[in-house]
This record gives sequence, structure tokens and C-alpha cells, in this order.
Amino acid sequence: MDWGAIFGNAAVELISPTTAAYALAALGLAVHFGYTGLLNFGQAGFMALGAYGYAISILTFGFPVWGAFLVGVGASIVFALILGVPTLRLRADYLAIVTIAAAEIVRLLFTTNTFADVTGSANGLSGYKNEFAALNPLAPGSYGFGPFENNAYDTWLRIVAWSIVILAALLVWQIMRSPWGRVIKGIREDEDAVRALGKNVYAYKMQSLILGGVFGTIAGMIFALPRAVVPSNYQTTLTFFIYAILLLGGAATVLGPIIGSMIFWVLLSFFSGFVARAVEAGWLPFMTSVQGGQLRFILVGVAIMLIVIFRPQGIFGNKKELAFVR
Amino acid sequence: MSANAIPLDSSAPLEPPVPTQKPIKTTGLHVGDAEPGCRKVDPILVVDNVRRTFGGLTAVDVDHVEVPRGAITALIGPNGAGKTTLFNLLTGFDKPDEGTWTFDGRSLAGVPAYKVARMGQIRTFQLTKALGLLTVMDNMLLGAKGQTGENLFRALLPFLWRNQEADNRVKALDLLTRFKLDAKKDDYAASLSGGQRKLLEMARALMSDPTLVMLDEPMAGVNPALTQSLLDHILNLKSQGMTVLFVEHDMHMVRHIADWVIVMAEGKVVAEGDPHEVMKDPAVIDAYLGQHHDEDIGEDPDAETEHVSAVKELLDDER
Repeated sequence: MDWGAIFGNAAVELISPTTAAYALAALGLAVHFGYTGLLNFGQAGFMALGAYGYAISILTFGFPVWGAFLVGVGASIVFALILGVPTLRLRADYLAIVTIAAAEIVRLLFTTNTFADVTGSANGLSGYKNEFAALNPLAPGSYGFGPFENNAYDTWLRIVAWSIVILAALLVWQIMRSPWGRVIKGIREDEDAVRALGKNVYAYKMQSLILGGVFGTIAGMIFALPRAVVPSNYQTTLTFFIYAILLLGGAATVLGPIIGSMIFWVLLSFFSGFVARAVEAGWLPFMTSVQGGQLRFILVGVAIMLIVIFRPQGIFGNKKELAFVR
Repeated sequence: MSANAIPLDSSAPLEPPVPTQKPIKTTGLHVGDAEPGCRKVDPILVVDNVRRTFGGLTAVDVDHVEVPRGAITALIGPNGAGKTTLFNLLTGFDKPDEGTWTFDGRSLAGVPAYKVARMGQIRTFQLTKALGLLTVMDNMLLGAKGQTGENLFRALLPFLWRNQEADNRVKALDLLTRFKLDAKKDDYAASLSGGQRKLLEMARALMSDPTLVMLDEPMAGVNPALTQSLLDHILNLKSQGMTVLFVEHDMHMVRHIADWVIVMAEGKVVAEGDPHEVMKDPAVIDAYLGQHHDEDIGEDPDAETEHVSAVKELLDDER
């Protein structure tokens, strides 16, 4: 059993761009669900818009990186408005239904053959990385140490991804301790009471939906940069993984989504490596290597269940809040 | 009609809670006879032909009613009379089928709830809406009007709103001290008792310096000790120049603090007047005691005689 490789591979995930992407998407959900109480089950849709918005802008229209970035962000703002205008006046559960359906519509639109020359249909898109790599100020070579050693492109990607996550976290931290954040948290508790105090609840919910959605969109771009854009990546399960990360870290916290994402990916990678090698070594004779690949999700599920049962407020959540759960 | 509609029987407390100071009643509020829909010398809220139906049920059907400025007006009526629905309509939380109403001379028809609140007409709720997972202090600060930091972009720049926030904090602490909640300021509002939440909700409403405070059953579920301080607080609102309109079932309280009483039954205003006089109005007695809902209110002498003893108790209580 090569424990070194198992732990090494798990450690890689600690700062991988994918972890950063999930952390940012979860931070967006924290704004939606944790702070505002909006049940957005369509975060995968926002991420898909970011990934496709970026890739299509570069591949089809030849936009520069910043232009592609703005296209993705613009698309998610429009998407948030389309979702929010009809549903934010209604009760919270309507938004949940609409977002889950809208995210699927987005994914199926990108999958359909009708737009295959632009979206690549089920095969998705690739070959949009050169523009981003061209911005890399690092000289070619190897950076970092141990499991965190990467080539110049991967290092550049990690620096950008985690800088964005840190900036987003600081942004959320700052606005949630401001009077704006107070209104947002008040809306989570009881929007009629906040309305009765003269706050335009609808506008605040819309701002929150857009802000968290933009986070999800940028996360989608970061998610797309180390790999190809494939529509099957943006299924509802993606949203649920992000929810798992959010609940793991603590719903109404800033650090929770980030640390939660790290724990989630390290655990996933650890179980994946461990199970694969255990099957190889004959420790699990009742199991094929294909079954082993699925087992990691079961183990991650168990780990998350344990955390939710024994620490329901999440890692960074405030225990006191749970004392008053209705 | 449920038992809590009006405490008529012996189960009512022997000594009803009264405010510690003798309330100074405002009189001479109306013009002409004290009849339903009568004109007021200086109305703050004027309602005309407001109708709200839920399917086949007409919840509110008010032809004309005026709420006098600078006084405490009680809106009473049996359960299901449409008091809370009227409250919701007046504050923009519900939309009437038809009708117009003005606050301070400005029409409120079609104005959303948050704009109504910004105009200075603040309400509280029958089921208290304390924001549980916010601290008591945050609840209070939320009530302040015109906060710079409530804009998303300005929220990013603390130096823009820090001073205003500090001022609001001083004001909030002052109000909390008056409502004896200052010791609780850093606790979650969810940890307060029911009565304390009512106090918090009222204090929070005052953060915006309203001109008209609308209280929906401020005494419901509050223990007698707190009732007394709540009564004092309501009287203080008036002495500070605010107008109060409240819904209440507790007749003792209505008699003690209200300057004017509007009685609703089956969606209509059936009587108006001075609290001592209006209780004697046969329409009021019928509204509360008549079981003849299918008959025209106020024209049923049987109901009157039937419940004479109960009404006597009501009147006795005044002496």
C-alpha cells in the first residue's frame, strides 16, 4: 500500500483550482442560502453559464480573456434576473423549484445538437486555454514543493483562482458586517418584518441572487480552465455537492465554504486513492475496481452525514444559532 | 366566537393591569355625532370605500373612516371582523379590490409596504416578528431609516456609514434602556420571551421616528406585569406626538388608554366613539355578543336583552 501516494494525491486537492472553484460556488450559495435564505438549487446552471460564456466567447468570437470574463458575468446577471423577477416575490420554495429547472434547461440547451457548432453539444468545448496562459507572468519551470509542485501554467491558474476566492471571501465578509448584510440576514429571518421597517426586500433579494450567481459563474470559469467544458459536468449533482460543502463548512459563514471545499476534495481524493489501492491489494475481495470508484462517494456521504449529525451547524457555524431552530 | 374575544366572565383577572400613570385622554376629536365614518378634526389616515374579498367572503368593506392625529385609536371587533385584514391593506401588505386611502394627505393606494413604512407609518404584527437569529441590537439597528450602508456598493466602504451607525447605536441603546431590554442587547432575539419580543418589536418600530404607529394586538400573549409597561409605552408614544392605532381584544386596556374607538364587525365599521360611550352602543354589544350573524347588525333587540348581564359587567368594570 503506497500511503505516500494516497496522502500526496489527497494533498494536491487542497489547493487545486477545482477546490477553489467549488469554494467560490459554495461562497455564492452561502450568500444565497446561508445569509439571505434563498433556496437556490441551480448553482450548477450559473457555473455552466460561466464556463460556456467564457469558452464560447473565446472560441467563437475571439474575445480577449477579460471580454470573455465579462460575457460570462453578464450572462449570469441576466440569468439571475430571469429567475428572480417572477419568483422572488413568491415564497422561498418556488425559487428552489424554478432554479433547479432553469439549471437543467441551461444544461440541456448546451447539450442539444441544434447549437453543436457553437457549444460542441455533448462533447463540449476545449482549446480555450491559450489566451489565459498567455497572460501568465511566470517563467516556464516548476514552482512549489512536494505535492504542491506544479508547472508554470498550473501555478498561475492556482494563484489566480485562489486570489479570486480570497477577494470574494473578503467581499462577503465586509458586506455581511455592514448594514446591507444586516438587512439581508433580516430577510432570512422574516421578510415581512423587514418590509415593515421600510426596506425594499425584493431589491435586496435580487441583489443577493445576482451576487451569489456571479460568484457561481466565476467559479464555473475557474472550474473550466484546468479541463474541458462538458455539459454533463453541470448536472444537478454538482449543485448538491456544493450544498454539501456549504453545510459542511457552515451555511452563514465566510470561511466555511472555503475550508468545506478543501475538506470535501481532500476526503474525496483520499477515499478514491485508498479504495482503488485496497481493491488492487485484495483487501476488498467482494468489489471490482469499477465499484471501488463509486464507493468513494458513499464514504464521502457517510463522512458528511457524521459531520451533519455531530456538528449540524457546520465547522464554522455558531452553535448558539441551533439552540433556537424552529 | 372564541373565549379570548372579550374577557367577560369571572375568569378575567380581578385587578386588570392598568398603566402606572393616569392617562390623559384626548377629547374633541370628531366633528358632529360620533357615528360610524364620522369626520375628525384632524385626520391622519382617511379610508374610503376599501373593499377586500377572499373568494366569496368579504373580509373588509369600509365605506369611510378617519383616524384622528395625535391620539390613541383602538380598532376593536370580534374575531374575524377584518381588523387585521384592514391593517394589512392600510400598510400595503395586502391589496384591496377597490378603494382609496390617504396617509397625511398622500394617497397610499398601490404603494408597496416598504414605501408606506418609509412615509412614517410603521406597523407591528399580531404574531410577533422578532428576527430570531439577529441580536436584539441588530434588530433595533434594522429599524433605522435612510441608512447609507444599506446600499450594496456603499456597504463596501465602512467610512461612509460608520458615524451614522454609531449614532443609530446610541439611539437604539437609549430605546432599549427605556424598554428595559438593554441587558439583552447582545443576545439573539430568539432567546427573548414572548412579551419581550413584543417590546422589542415596538422599540424597533420607534427607531424610524414614525408618525403613525400601528400595533396589531400588542397585548396578545403578554403577562400582566409586562402588560403594564406596554401600556405605559403606548401612552408615551402619544405624549411624544405620535399617533397610535391598535387592534386589541382586551377591553380593560382599550378603555384605559384609548382616546377613540372604532368598532368593526363582519368587515364593516359598525360604531365609533369615545371608549366609554361606544361600549354602550347596541351595535357593539351585538357585534360581540350577538349570535345572529345572518341578521342585520344593530337591529336585534333580543340579542340585547339576552346578554344584558354580560354587558352590565362590562359597564360595572368602568366604575
